[in-house]
Amino acid sequence: MSLLPTALTSALEAIVALLLLAGGVFALIGSIGLVRLADFPMRLHAPTKASTLGVGSLLIATLLLSWQRDGSPGLHALLITFFVFLSAPVSSHLLMQAWLAQRNAPPEQHP
Amino acid sequence: MIEWALTASLVLFVLAALLAGVRVVIGPSLADRLLALDALTTHALALVLLLALKLQMSVLFEVALIIALLGFVATVAGARLIGGQPLLPRR
Repeated sequence: MSLLPTALTSALEAIVALLLLAGGVFALIGSIGLVRLADFPMRLHAPTKASTLGVGSLLIATLLLSWQRDGSPGLHALLITFFVFLSAPVSSHLLMQAWLAQRNAPPEQHP
Repeated sequence: MIEWALTASLVLFVLAALLAGVRVVIGPSLADRLLALDALTTHALALVLLLALKLQMSVLFEVALIIALLGFVATVAGARLIGGQPLLPRR
């Protein structure tokens, strides 16, 4: 049951479909970069930027679609958006620190 | 139109998750595997969201929220473990 006029509803559907497709394409580009790029600092860029953007556009599509279906934007989608965009830089920073520590560690001595 | 876009987006996200799984298997260092696992949790979150939209089950939004929280905590714990730091800071 929609609470919006018909023209607005079809425009909203087009925007939601476009955002869904863009999210899938961005996530696929991020994963292709994750597989094909040369070393770890390059590979860190691909999923932390492209895939986060893909999930972000998917979450905007979720917000719009639940607004059209239920009449109010879902609080859960808003919370997930906030949390994903908050946690992606922190986790990539920690991954880079871990990689640097592992690279600078002396190699193990085997007798 | 939305149903078609949901199906296409599901296919794209499954392909992306498969590629991240390739990096989990072949990744030379532990940090590569952990990065790919982090990307996999992000893709799992997106797949659960798409299923929630496709099946119109709003319970799955809470599942997606829990996947986001647990994925972040798991990545932080794994990164500290790889980097040789303790899981919790010493007092």
